[in-house]
Amino acid sequence: MQKSLKKLVGRSELYIFLIVLALCVLIQLRSGQFFTGNNLVDIASAMIVPGMFAIGEFMVIISGGFDVSFPALASLSAYATTKLLLDQNYTGGVWLPILISLCIGAILGAFNGLFVGYFNLNAMIVTLGASSVFKGFMQGTLNSKQLAVIPSGMKAFGTSALFTSTNPVSGLSSRMPVPFIAFVVVLAAAWFLLNKTYFGRGIYAIGGNPASAKAAGFNVKRTKFLMFVIVGMISAVAGLIRVCMMQQCHPTNMLGMEMNIIAGVVLGGTAIAGGAGSLTGCMLGTLLIVIVENSMILIGVPTTWKNVFVGALIVLGTGVSAYQVIRANRAADKARTITKEAA
Amino acid sequence: MKLQKIYEDNRHVWRLVVIMALWMVFMALTKPKKFYTFNNFQTIASQFPEFGLMSLGVMLCMMTGGIDLSCVGMANITAIISAMWMIKLGGEAGVVSSVYFPLIFALAIVIGALVGLFNGFLIAKIRIPPILATLGVNELLSGISIAMTDGAAVSSFPKEFTNAVSSSIGGVLPVRLLVFIVCTIVVWFMLERTTYGTKLRLLGTSEKVALYSGLNTNGLLLRTYMSSGILSALGGLMMLATYASARADYGSQYTLQSILIVVLGGVSPNGGKGKISGVVLAIILLKMFESGINRFQNVSSYYISLIWGGVLILAMVLDYFSGKGSERKIRSAS
Repeated sequence: MQKSLKKLVGRSELYIFLIVLALCVLIQLRSGQFFTGNNLVDIASAMIVPGMFAIGEFMVIISGGFDVSFPALASLSAYATTKLLLDQNYTGGVWLPILISLCIGAILGAFNGLFVGYFNLNAMIVTLGASSVFKGFMQGTLNSKQLAVIPSGMKAFGTSALFTSTNPVSGLSSRMPVPFIAFVVVLAAAWFLLNKTYFGRGIYAIGGNPASAKAAGFNVKRTKFLMFVIVGMISAVAGLIRVCMMQQCHPTNMLGMEMNIIAGVVLGGTAIAGGAGSLTGCMLGTLLIVIVENSMILIGVPTTWKNVFVGALIVLGTGVSAYQVIRANRAADKARTITKEAA
Repeated sequence: MKLQKIYEDNRHVWRLVVIMALWMVFMALTKPKKFYTFNNFQTIASQFPEFGLMSLGVMLCMMTGGIDLSCVGMANITAIISAMWMIKLGGEAGVVSSVYFPLIFALAIVIGALVGLFNGFLIAKIRIPPILATLGVNELLSGISIAMTDGAAVSSFPKEFTNAVSSSIGGVLPVRLLVFIVCTIVVWFMLERTTYGTKLRLLGTSEKVALYSGLNTNGLLLRTYMSSGILSALGGLMMLATYASARADYGSQYTLQSILIVVLGGVSPNGGKGKISGVVLAIILLKMFESGINRFQNVSSYYISLIWGGVLILAMVLDYFSGKGSERKIRSAS
């Protein structure tokens, strides 16, 4: 019991969980509106798209890189899918759009994966370039414009509700959208992949040390390549879900999300150099960012101050975890000198 | 033999020179009358300093193996504070005498130095990875900018300063270009004529070796991020002059653009390598591309982004193959 408690205290997930909890309680105390059914449902539904992006980003950071191309990738695949189906006057269900965007996402992810995996180039710079290419392709070649209508199947998928929750005081009601299931499925699949498969352990191993991962028998190039394909598919579906939920396709409004997603993942205790981190922490970090973005208005903080809070959160959150690393190193150094002196 | 050495040492620079020459020839063949005009070149020369200055800052940070993502936030907050100060000095429709111009520059330098020091402190003392520290600071700066202006543009302020900065000396040399040239010379001097440059590259190659060689690595990092902050803040003044207004979200594309430029200019993202000549060439090349493509009415200007991303990845792939080549040479020689 004591041992498991100690283990829990040593983990950064606990701290981030306490911060999330403290923020929730603070908002509840100030407004009395946080722990109401409709607000919780609102937060859960606001979590779907960032949550899925965060899962993809988490994998890339674990492998020791950064992906800044997912907003452009998601925008391009969502736009291409919607446009294609609109041109065909498609009226069927949502399975075809999801299938198409999965394919586009896989191809675009493979573009990243080819350069990062097989050419062993710096992931952040490659995805930066790729993001620029995707954006140029979408706005130049496809000549993207805002699409005010989306196929009926997609619209139904984005707006139908699992259940609705109504606030007895304010009378506001919120729907829990069906795409939440997709988020849960992706989360479960990612957890299984990362923790229970050879491939997933390979991602951790590569992030820890590529040379030893190779020596241990992991195919570093192929693992990285496949990982980017998977991340591309997750991001593409997230982009499509966002379009479904907004009921219109705005080609550029996802761009610029990458920094907040990275911040959420790293706040959750994922090692920036790769090799360590847990999906639980990643989700908690993302949740923290989502709450700050959505609920500060409940405690009377004007929306213009939102970025100040997010920025302060990144600096403080990463500062605390970085400072812990220094302290741990110092303690280890001290222990070493003591044993040396004893010898 | 000696020529070959000169080529090998400056491979990135030569590549950029070749690309630029090809582009100039292409423009000469297709749109000579529209591209080769004095006005066009003057526009190019007065527009690239704003992101050029930021790129110089990012270059310094990248040489240490870090990065500065706070350049745009820094530029915007500097522009906003300067504009607000001018309103205070002269009123919304008033006049700000030219006596204050040096003070405005001084204010920008102070803001840049302070925020840059804060970046450096987070990176050197608290040991937050540079990408996160500067990302957080950028968010913080843009947040403060939004809170100060409610997200609106500050545009009714005395325009004497912006008019002066956006003018040209003798109708030939744009003031913004002059500022850029001065900054480039200062940075060049720091990198090539003082020990700072050597220390910086050693730090970028291996922080451990730098530390064991007795370098004050913390001080170096602080100085580097401070310089980057100052350069970005000056870039902000240039932006203020170009737009004649200041807003929290101007120039948001410059963050990625400046990284693209620096990498294309031959600075290794892992640190330790890089030359200012390559970066300056890449800055000018980007603007030439942009301005050239804008001459073709039927080509969407969004293709610039596609070409630019493609060129970046291509340059890295070329590096990969040529790097392999030189590795092989070393191996066969030993």
